[in-house]
Amino acid sequence: MSAIVESSTDSLSARGTVRRRAPDKRRVLKKRLMPWLFISPYLVLFIMFTAFPLGFSIFLSFHEWNPTSGLDGMNFVGLTHYADIITDPWLWKSLYNTVWLAIVAGVPQHLIAIPVAYLLVSVFKGALRHFYTATMFIPFITSTVAISLIFYTIYSGNSGILNQWLLALSDVPVIGALFAWVPDAMPIRWLSSSALIKPAIAFVVVWKYTGFNIVIYSAGFLTVSKDLYDAAEVDGCSAWQKFWHVALPMIRPFVFFALTLTIIGNLQLFEEPFVLTAGDSGGVAQSGLTASYYLYLAGWEWHQMGYATAVSWILFLFIAVITSVHFYFNGRKGMGGDR
Amino acid sequence: MIRSLPKFSTHAIMIIGVLITIFPFVWVALMSTHTRSDIYSSPPPFYVGSNLIQNYGKLLELMPFWSILWNSLYVSVMGTAGAVLFCSMCAFGFFAYDFRGKNLIFGIMIASMMVPPVLMLIPSFLTIKFLGILDTHFALWFPGVANAFGIFLIRQYMLNTINRDLLDAAKVDGASDFRIYWSVVLPLIKPALATLGIVMFIGLWNNFLGPLILISSSEKQVLTLALRSVQSIANSPWGAIMLGTFLSMVPLLLAFLFFSKQMMAGLTAGAVKG
Repeated sequence: MSAIVESSTDSLSARGTVRRRAPDKRRVLKKRLMPWLFISPYLVLFIMFTAFPLGFSIFLSFHEWNPTSGLDGMNFVGLTHYADIITDPWLWKSLYNTVWLAIVAGVPQHLIAIPVAYLLVSVFKGALRHFYTATMFIPFITSTVAISLIFYTIYSGNSGILNQWLLALSDVPVIGALFAWVPDAMPIRWLSSSALIKPAIAFVVVWKYTGFNIVIYSAGFLTVSKDLYDAAEVDGCSAWQKFWHVALPMIRPFVFFALTLTIIGNLQLFEEPFVLTAGDSGGVAQSGLTASYYLYLAGWEWHQMGYATAVSWILFLFIAVITSVHFYFNGRKGMGGDR
Repeated sequence: MIRSLPKFSTHAIMIIGVLITIFPFVWVALMSTHTRSDIYSSPPPFYVGSNLIQNYGKLLELMPFWSILWNSLYVSVMGTAGAVLFCSMCAFGFFAYDFRGKNLIFGIMIASMMVPPVLMLIPSFLTIKFLGILDTHFALWFPGVANAFGIFLIRQYMLNTINRDLLDAAKVDGASDFRIYWSVVLPLIKPALATLGIVMFIGLWNNFLGPLILISSSEKQVLTLALRSVQSIANSPWGAIMLGTFLSMVPLLLAFLFFSKQMMAGLTAGAVKG
C-alpha cells in the first residue's frame, strides 16, 4: 500500500522522483521478496531433498550403478531393471508378504480399536478413561526397534516366555485340553519357521498401533452428540443398534482416515520384519521379507542402486494403486460422514 | 449408554487390554536385571533379579552407551528445534502474504506429503552422498527441518487463531516483517509449536531407517542402530541388551507420564483435526 502512495506523490515532483526512485524500487523489491524469504527454507530443502532426488531416481532406475564405483560406473540399461523385476521371485514374494501383512496386521487393529474406543467413550469418563486410553497408546510412542527387540526375546524358540506360557497352559486343568498339542510342538520356532514368522510380525504391528487407532476413534465417538443417542433410545433402539446404526455411521470420516494411515503404513513395513528376522535376508525362505526390506537389501546389501530404485518405483505404484482403490470405494462415504 | 453390558466386564476388557499393552515393558525391565541364562530359564523369572550391575557393565562393554544416548539426544534436539523454527517461518510466509505462485507451491507441498517415504529412501541417500554429508549427524536431522507436515500444521493453526488485522496493526506501528513473525505471531502459536516439537522429537528419537542407511562409523551411532546391531552377535548378553533397550525407552516414557495429553493430541493432530 505505502509503496503505491509514495510513488504517486513522486510523479508530482520531477525532482523528487530522481532522488527517491531508487530506494522506492528497492522497497517494492523487498516487499516482493519478503514472502519468498520466509518460505525459502522449504523451497531449498524441497528442491535438494525431494524434487532433485525424485527426478534423479527416475533417471537412475534406467541405469545400472554400484555407488561404490562413483558416477562413472553408471551404465544405461534402459528398461532392463523393470524387466528383471517381473521375473524376480524375491520381489514377488516380498509383495505377497507385504499384502499379507497389510491385511493381517491391519484389519485386527480396527476391529479391536473401534469397539474398545466405543466402550471407553460410552462407559468411562475423566481420569479413568484417560488412564485406559493413554496406557494403550504407549506402544505408539516407543521405538519400533526397541519393541521388536523385546518381542524377539519373547518369541524365542528356546524357552522364550511365550513358549513357556503355552506349555504352562497345557498343564492347566480345564483349558489344558485346548493346549494339549503344545508339548509335542515344542520348541515352537516363532521367528525361524516360514509359517509362523508373518503372524509373529503381524502381532507386533497390531500390538503397536491399536492404541493409536483407539485414540483416533475415541475422538470420533466424542463428536457424536448425545441427542442422537437419546433420540435413538426414544425410538426403541437396543444398545447394539445404537452402536451399529447411530455411532458407527457418524465416525465414518475417522474410519476412513485411520484406514488410510494403516494402509500406507503397513505397505511400507520395515523395522518390525527387519529386527524380528535379525536383518538376515528376510528370514527363512524370505517369509518375512517385505517390499521395503527387499528395497533395503537390493540397495545396501547388494549395492544395486539402479535396480533398487526401480523396485521403489514399483512399490510406489503399488501403494498408489491400493490407496486409490481404497479412496474410490471408501472415499465418498468416508468424507461425507453420512450414509 | 450401554446398560446391557455390566460395568465390571467393560473394566475387565480394558484391564486385559492394559495388561497386554504393558507386559513387554514390565518384561524388559525385569529382563534387564537377569543374566542371559536366567531369562531363558524355566519357569520364567518373574521377579527382580540381582544382575543389574553386571548387565550395566556388560552393556558398557558392548557399546559406549551414554555417548550413543547423547548422539540420539543431539540429533533429536537439533531436528526438533530446527523444525519448530523453519516450519513456523515457512508457515508464516504462506499465512501472511499473497504472492504469485503461492497456491501452486502450497499445492505441491501438500502433494509431496503423499509421497511414501520408501520412495525417497534411495534418492535421498544418494543426494546426501553427493553433498558429502554421509555419516554425519547433520544428515540425520537437517533434511527434515522444513517439512510439509509441520508447515501445514502450523499454517492451519495460524489460520484458526490469528486475525490478519493484528498483522496490519503491527505493521502500522512500524514493526518489520521479521519482527511481526518473531514477536507477534510466534507467541500466539505456542501450542502448535509444542505439537510439532513433540511429533518431531519422537520421530527423530525413534528413527531407525535413517541412521541405518546414513551412519557407518560406530562413534556416530544412535540408540536404535546400536541396539539393533548387537542383536545378532554370538552369545548376545540379552540381559545387557534389554537393559540398553529399556534405558533407550525411558526418556519418552517419562515424558509421556507427565505430558500424555499433549503427546496424544500432538501425535493424532493430523487425524483428529483432519
